[in-house]
Amino acid sequence: MTDLFSKFDPLIEQRRALLATGVTDPFNLVMEKVISPTVALCNGRETILLGTYNYMGMTFDPDVIAAGKQALDDFGAGTTGSRVLNGTYAGHRAVEEALKEFYAMDHAMVFSTGYQANLGIISTIAGKGDYIVLDIDSHASIWDGCKMGDAEVVPFRHNDIEAMEKRLKRIPEGAGKLVVLEGVYSMLGDIAPLKEMIKVAKDNGAMVLVDEAHSMGFIGPNGRGVAEEQGVLDQVDFVIGTFSKSVGTVGGFCVSNHPKFEIMRLVCRPYVFTASLPPSVVATACTSIRKLMHAGNKRAHLWENSRTLHKGLRDAGFQLGTDEPQSAIISVIMPDLERGAMMWEALLHEGLYVNLARPPATPAGMTLLRCSLCAEHSAEQVQTIIGMFERAGKTAGII
Amino acid sequence: MDRAATAEKIAALIEPFNKKGVEITDATTFAGDLEFDSLTVMDFVAAIEDDFDIIISMNQQAEIENYGQLIDAVVKLQG
Repeated sequence: MTDLFSKFDPLIEQRRALLATGVTDPFNLVMEKVISPTVALCNGRETILLGTYNYMGMTFDPDVIAAGKQALDDFGAGTTGSRVLNGTYAGHRAVEEALKEFYAMDHAMVFSTGYQANLGIISTIAGKGDYIVLDIDSHASIWDGCKMGDAEVVPFRHNDIEAMEKRLKRIPEGAGKLVVLEGVYSMLGDIAPLKEMIKVAKDNGAMVLVDEAHSMGFIGPNGRGVAEEQGVLDQVDFVIGTFSKSVGTVGGFCVSNHPKFEIMRLVCRPYVFTASLPPSVVATACTSIRKLMHAGNKRAHLWENSRTLHKGLRDAGFQLGTDEPQSAIISVIMPDLERGAMMWEALLHEGLYVNLARPPATPAGMTLLRCSLCAEHSAEQVQTIIGMFERAGKTAGII
Repeated sequence: MDRAATAEKIAALIEPFNKKGVEITDATTFAGDLEFDSLTVMDFVAAIEDDFDIIISMNQQAEIENYGQLIDAVVKLQG
């Protein structure tokens, strides 16, 4: 018998070798208690959270919590059904209305996760004979959406407008074209030149899908994302987003002005063949999204945090993913996985949690310590964080 | 362009990517013999696409494991 697990042997060995050095397993952390959007208890110790996607700190917002509790009382723990059968409650409609208002778009469709939103929309709209042109650094959910559909998949070098244009121009005449981009690329925290890229896509007759998962609530005058910030949101055919970042709960969505968009509810399999979100989740999401419409002050504070941390880490001598802060993600580049894991552990001992990111999630085989800031991080906390990085960086021999 | 001419052009294009100077025959595999990672594959494919003005989609790339198959595919894609 061939052991179907033998294909995982190289990864099992790499993991064994890493843990044999005595380092704490970076992919097995448990938070025993969550005290606030920015502090949790890990291994019995108060730890500052700098590796969550809780950009706007909505997870403990009192209005959000109250809405969730009320929905639990009124509608129960779960729907036990598909959106197209018994799984659409008043709350599911209400959160879709909130999204339509948030983005000022005609249609909104809520999925059970952001992963499923990309998986479902991409695999359904680009079919046999169509072409998907996408950035090589796209999120796994985008790649999986491509793989699940029958379209021809054509990647181009990260953020390379000319490479994208060349590929679009080579597509056979008459074929359907979908360009897939992200607003913020989550590994390095860099943004896309959407204005230029979307113009090229449109000039070449392509429809455009932009994943704004990491920009919602924070980037753009109304928090609608990088496309809004660059003044091209009206050119985007499909915006994909998630409730599991700035919104502070879980779920995914697509908003669009396409006149035929509603048919997606019947043909998109990851929407149809799964249970809908629990009533408490859609209630918290709805309340949070409505509050994010008026969060200008929080957005301004988050930008301050991002700029302060970026400057502090750069001045300390760390190599960062971007020359300037472009989002709420500041990525610190590690020389290799071993020293990355050592640095990660040294930070944890300091009382700081960041994300250790490594291939295949990262581009170019990099190991990253990914810091994501929260609007609820105080200016004082950010200074504490910089001090922790300096000490841990010396302990691990990074700086 | 016939197979010989196509092969000659591809031989020149692969040179900068063949860092270890592996001797290349039609049976040479990209993942195994040449140890191309995904970024190298993307850059190498882009070089061929730009030179021949064709698209080799990822779906087509999945069918190409060795050097000979690549030449055959590029001959075919030129129409």
